[in-house]
Amino acid sequence: MPDTLTQNPPAPESAPTDRCSRGVPVSGAEILIRSLEAEGVEFVFGYPGGAVIKIYDEMHRIGPQFEHVLVRHEQGAAHAAEGYAKATGNVGTVLVTSGPGATNTVTGIADAYMDSIPIVVFTGQVPTKLIGNDAFQECDIIGVTRSITKHSFLVRDVRELASTVKKAYHIARTGRPGPVVVDLPKDVIADSAPFEWPEHVTLRGYDFVGRGEKGQVALAARMIAEAERPLFYVGGGTLISGAGEIVTRLARMTRIPVTTTLHGLGAFPETDPLSLGMLGMHGTWYANQAVQHCDLLIAVGARFDDRVTGKTDAWAPHARIIHIDIDPACISKNIPADCPILGDVSTVLEQLEPLLPGASRAPKDLSRWHRQIDTWKAECPLAWKRDGKLRPQHVVEALRDRTGGHAIVVSDVGQNQMWAAQHFTYAEPRSHITSGGLGTMGFSLPAAMGAAFGVRARAERGQADDTQAAPALPVISINGDGGFLMNVQELGVIAAHKLPVKIVVLNNSFLGMVRQWQELFHGERYSHTDLTPTNPDFVALAAAFGIPGLRCTSPDAVEATISKAWDITDGPVLMEFRVVTEEMVFPMVPAGAATGDMIVQRFNPENCA
Amino acid sequence: MTAPALTPQQLFRKQVSGESLQQGDPDTVHAHTIVVTLENSIGALNRVANLFSARGFNLESVAVGPTTDPTTSRLTLVTTGNDRIIGQVLQQLNNLVDTLVVDDVTDGAFVERELCLVKVAAKPEERNALTGVADIFRGNVVNITPDSITFEVTGPTTKVNAFIGMMHEYDVHEVARSGRVAMRRHLAFEHNQ
Repeated sequence: MPDTLTQNPPAPESAPTDRCSRGVPVSGAEILIRSLEAEGVEFVFGYPGGAVIKIYDEMHRIGPQFEHVLVRHEQGAAHAAEGYAKATGNVGTVLVTSGPGATNTVTGIADAYMDSIPIVVFTGQVPTKLIGNDAFQECDIIGVTRSITKHSFLVRDVRELASTVKKAYHIARTGRPGPVVVDLPKDVIADSAPFEWPEHVTLRGYDFVGRGEKGQVALAARMIAEAERPLFYVGGGTLISGAGEIVTRLARMTRIPVTTTLHGLGAFPETDPLSLGMLGMHGTWYANQAVQHCDLLIAVGARFDDRVTGKTDAWAPHARIIHIDIDPACISKNIPADCPILGDVSTVLEQLEPLLPGASRAPKDLSRWHRQIDTWKAECPLAWKRDGKLRPQHVVEALRDRTGGHAIVVSDVGQNQMWAAQHFTYAEPRSHITSGGLGTMGFSLPAAMGAAFGVRARAERGQADDTQAAPALPVISINGDGGFLMNVQELGVIAAHKLPVKIVVLNNSFLGMVRQWQELFHGERYSHTDLTPTNPDFVALAAAFGIPGLRCTSPDAVEATISKAWDITDGPVLMEFRVVTEEMVFPMVPAGAATGDMIVQRFNPENCA
Repeated sequence: MTAPALTPQQLFRKQVSGESLQQGDPDTVHAHTIVVTLENSIGALNRVANLFSARGFNLESVAVGPTTDPTTSRLTLVTTGNDRIIGQVLQQLNNLVDTLVVDDVTDGAFVERELCLVKVAAKPEERNALTGVADIFRGNVVNITPDSITFEVTGPTTKVNAFIGMMHEYDVHEVARSGRVAMRRHLAFEHNQ
């Protein structure tokens, strides 16, 4: 094995751009750093190790334009990159070492794949000639992640490094976004070549469609004009495409009601009377009723997930379907579309806008449909029991009232996620971040950290530019007591960087969602869901990281606790709410059941044949 | 309890998906031959194979080889499924960064060939009978030893199957099949990239 330390003599101190432009060979590590700078990377979430030590060494020497954030676990790095990407719309960047460093990012990569989040993960690798040798800290990460990445690269030649980085970011960012893994063998990083940043990306096998096919768009317009009971079904693709504004405009123009998926929350203001909130397993009863009775469903950047449709055969039985999506494999995957439109959501909606009723002539009279929906809304609104006990929904609503909805809510997975989705009343794009597809417990804290880095940098840039930048939106991390401990180590990073994250722990001393299923479907046999014996003192835990902690045990103290937390502006704060253990998320469509058979309040076995 | 009558929309969806409308309907599952032009890079073939296992698609046969262009390789896949599943297979293949062209040749006229080697234990007095069968299939003898004979048969899969079936009358020791390769009959098909 060559001694990598002696391969590159200390570089003379000169301006890096000069050296690059002169075509002087630099190390692979420097090429990587320059490439990240050329990509405009703001943050690298990483953790050093043997295979990437050269990169960290060059970073120390160069002082790059991006900020490297030392996380405390590689999974945290991957989720932080996701949170950063979701909050800002930029590509998130992760840098980890080989073997365990790489495998620790796998959950985050799978999460990003399911939720179409653009991240690029750089993994160290053993030297090329040792690959396949079971070398120390070797792992075939390309093989491990093959089915959970949009694409992956193993760089075998330092001269291909810069162009590979450019390709990786291009693939991660464009089309339907997703994670890209770039595996960097140690000898490639140590090798040297001139740094040449390519102007263009050439990928002949990679393409995506922007504009919708004209005839299909016209057909969609006709279908919308004919429909008596149309409904917008808005998914996460809408936000990725930056189409929140145009969806809102079109819905208001045509008077068509809107329901959103978990990832679509914020694309259409829930404060608008046309909003039906979220649909699906834990969506509102009225949204699901509207789906079951509508005659036209306009799916915008959504993928008909099983948590949305339940039993597909029985879902939206009367609806013709218009499906707008950028991923051809998504269209008609679960439910065939009557009018598929392949293209970027924003572009297609802009094409559609002038053709719609309401654009040039009066919108169609949908008042019967609106009246029907209002009846449903009145019949079964989202509700929770106000009986003097501390209920989690109360906490979420109090957070909404405190912030006026102007916040980025990063929820974890389980009951806390559903309460956060149901009760916060999202009104702005990118105000809700969660792990939807993969359902990764332990997502919230590191993702909130990544989001907080992103919004703080944006606010600082705004101040530096002297533009009318609003102060950084507060980032609220909503956790259950179970998931919180899964990446709790990142509290150290949040504290060290004084990130003003408002950390909420809804502590019911149980794995609440599993407990709910056990109560409803498994004869109240609470097998291994009671966390009372293993839960820590959350306030003391925060204190151990130097983070102030507040504990709230009574509904009367909820607002005061939140108020105290918001007085702390120079760093994080943790609020533990001791909430009712037995509280369940309702309404609910049991897994695999028809959407029409929703459990509205308490369990009724007759609804679940 | 009888199943509720399907709405026109539900019927339409079943038809589009190629699902049977009533129980006991004739088969709606068909075999499709798909030709993929692939970037000739490390891991590209892995990605295709992995896609089939990761997404639960059937993979009956794969054959891969170089083309006239050294930067690409050509893959012939045979998979089965109803229309919805085949549609998914094609779209997911298209989504791979390494695939350049994905062509389901089953929707037009195409030729399909498979090569097969069969080694049969044969005493000298059995040779004539064996070569007689092979002649019917236009098979060639590619190797002969005092106690065995090896045939090569090329043709559509049905023919290869029939030949192997005939050989089972004898003492078959080994069968090696190449997997199918296929090509459209006409020049006319233009790939629109």
